[in-house]
Amino acid sequence: MKFTPAITQRTGLSTRQSVTYRAIAILLSVVGTGLVLMLFGLNPVRVFGAIIEGSMGTPIRIHQMINSAIPLVISTLGIIVAFKMKFWNIGGEGQIVMGAFGAAFVAYRLPDLPQPLLLLLMAVAAAAAGALWALIPAAFKAKMGTNETIFTLMMNYIAILFVTFLQYGPWKDPARAGFPRMPDFSPNAVLPNLFGNNIGWVIAMILTAFVYVFLSRTKKGYEITVVGESPETARYAGMNIPAIIIVAMAVSGGLCGLVGMIQASAIEKTLTATISAGYGFTAIITAWLARLNAIVALFVCVVFAMLVQGAAFIQLSLGVPAAVAGVVQGTILLFILGSEFFIQFKVRLPERRRRTV
Amino acid sequence: MKKILVVILAIVMVFAFAACSSGGDEPEASGGDVVKVGFIYIGTTNDGGYTQAQHEGTMALEAAMEGQVECLIVEEVAEDKKAVTDAAVNLIDQGCSVIIGTSYGFQDALIEMATSGDYADISFLHFSGNELADNYGNYFGAMEEPRYLSGVIAGKMTTTNKLGYVAAHPYTEVNIGINAFTLGAQSVNPNVEVDVIYIGSWYDPANEKLAAERLLEQGCDVITQHADTTGPQIAAVDAGAWTIGYNLDNSSNPELASAYLTAPIWHHEVFLVPTIQSIIDGTWVPEAYYGTMADGYISLAPLTDNVSEEAKAEVDKVQDTIIKGEKKVFTGPIYDNSGTLKVAEGESLDHDGIWSIDYLVQGVKASNIN
Repeated sequence: MKFTPAITQRTGLSTRQSVTYRAIAILLSVVGTGLVLMLFGLNPVRVFGAIIEGSMGTPIRIHQMINSAIPLVISTLGIIVAFKMKFWNIGGEGQIVMGAFGAAFVAYRLPDLPQPLLLLLMAVAAAAAGALWALIPAAFKAKMGTNETIFTLMMNYIAILFVTFLQYGPWKDPARAGFPRMPDFSPNAVLPNLFGNNIGWVIAMILTAFVYVFLSRTKKGYEITVVGESPETARYAGMNIPAIIIVAMAVSGGLCGLVGMIQASAIEKTLTATISAGYGFTAIITAWLARLNAIVALFVCVVFAMLVQGAAFIQLSLGVPAAVAGVVQGTILLFILGSEFFIQFKVRLPERRRRTV
Repeated sequence: MKKILVVILAIVMVFAFAACSSGGDEPEASGGDVVKVGFIYIGTTNDGGYTQAQHEGTMALEAAMEGQVECLIVEEVAEDKKAVTDAAVNLIDQGCSVIIGTSYGFQDALIEMATSGDYADISFLHFSGNELADNYGNYFGAMEEPRYLSGVIAGKMTTTNKLGYVAAHPYTEVNIGINAFTLGAQSVNPNVEVDVIYIGSWYDPANEKLAAERLLEQGCDVITQHADTTGPQIAAVDAGAWTIGYNLDNSSNPELASAYLTAPIWHHEVFLVPTIQSIIDGTWVPEAYYGTMADGYISLAPLTDNVSEEAKAEVDKVQDTIIKGEKKVFTGPIYDNSGTLKVAEGESLDHDGIWSIDYLVQGVKASNIN
């Protein structure tokens, strides 16, 4: 007897059905997380309440939440552009780090430029550095068909080790008596605040609109989607696939590079090797959760940032260990990402032999 | 049909949770006079070293000021402004009016917050570093004193005349410790050599152990450390060598018993209790506190039975003169490891002189792990 379940691609799932599936997934994630919390001897309702209260309860918490959401939104936009083309850009981390490097390079060389001009130059340098870092694997893929997943992943380590080298070597601040830290940027190189958060939140909203329009309303965006859906169709239609790959990855890496600039300028006020803080990887999750839709991504990232801030809050207010807060996040993601599988594929358990009545 | 069933089931379970929760809920006690103190740690409270020593001070503070002080902690905070600021803001959001950072790399974020004007009503204390502000004080200790004493023991106990030192960063604080240890060892054993490996991190259990293993392979038979975890101590146990810990007295750990000699250790509560009291009383004036062995802020942990009687007698003698202030650790002649005279005969370095040390003394060989 065979017990292998049959997995087949679903076709024609109605919107209503997929909404139902997602709703079930969200419910199950709540139930699953609740069970996990009970295993740890915690009261699930209290923990859920604390997560929401902890991320939205006071103006400070909202600011903290937005601070976490800004880099996540922009990284997610970058990942979406690449994933739309089914170019698996796992290199967001490296592109963020190189973007921060580009911004820092300008900030250290021209510290006394007027603030708007300096910030603009830093942003341009960051986007260019991030784009360049993404273009290296893109060019290899376009010309030689190399595997972009491994390639972009490895580029992360090169970028991080390069900045680590600068931090421990030539760019180390001599005033720190041997401690590996780079000098602070000049005040002109720091992004201003608007309504209590750094202006990155405005940039994130503008870029969300830009990516949405770029992917759904422009010719290039359409071409990216076609290459992603079916390279054969794209070729048959006479599209220049290598050129499309290059443009998409330049946009993707450029967006990630901007994340590096915002974090370096507004938050760290210097360059550090750990500046990417995992955004490049988290963005892969949020991009999937958003079904590669830029507008949806904005909301997904805000919810994700709520989870992050809420997790920090429950550690302090309920004394929940850091590991449990991580388990809560992981369980929620498991169910929601898991539901995508059941929306895309139909799973039929092998039929039992019918009992004769 | 099945789908609907699942949904209903899920909802039922959620309600079940809600029901069983109502019994367990207890309103949080919000005592009016309790001062909340928020600690930011770089590691975990059970790291067997640095953070555990910090946390023992925290718990001693809470015990000593029971009913007046409540301590909140955030563990495993990276030395980035984002991570540190997030931790501090979340602690303040929880009602903390005192924020205590306990790692050198937290200084930039905390001094920025303290001087921003947004947190003028918060008192900041920082372990290590050199920043001061109207609402920001720093504290540290003359670790060179017990380091020197631990060097005396190592110098007496070694048979290969090679001592191994696992060090974090080539930063002044670390180099002061290396130099003090070396001078102590040389005071009883002029032939001794100290091999240092910098691992480029305060807290890295794997690399701490790896560096110690390399030093042991090179022939070192006493391993000491300026890093946070028990990694180097475990490596010494495995190799049948001696180990001198740091931060925390691990002599009661049975796994380390065969190798453990002693450790230069902190008693953070000696600073924290009177300081928090003065903050509560409104008499606090931010200062750069530098606790000594005479103050009881630092000490050499009780020597284990592994330490020879001869070494014990020698340490007792020197310790006495240091506590009385007769003996200064950095007293000339001191040469750096390129042979240049740094402190002339008859001179000794004061606090500022010690903290401008930018060399390793003669007899030290240093390298990086990578």
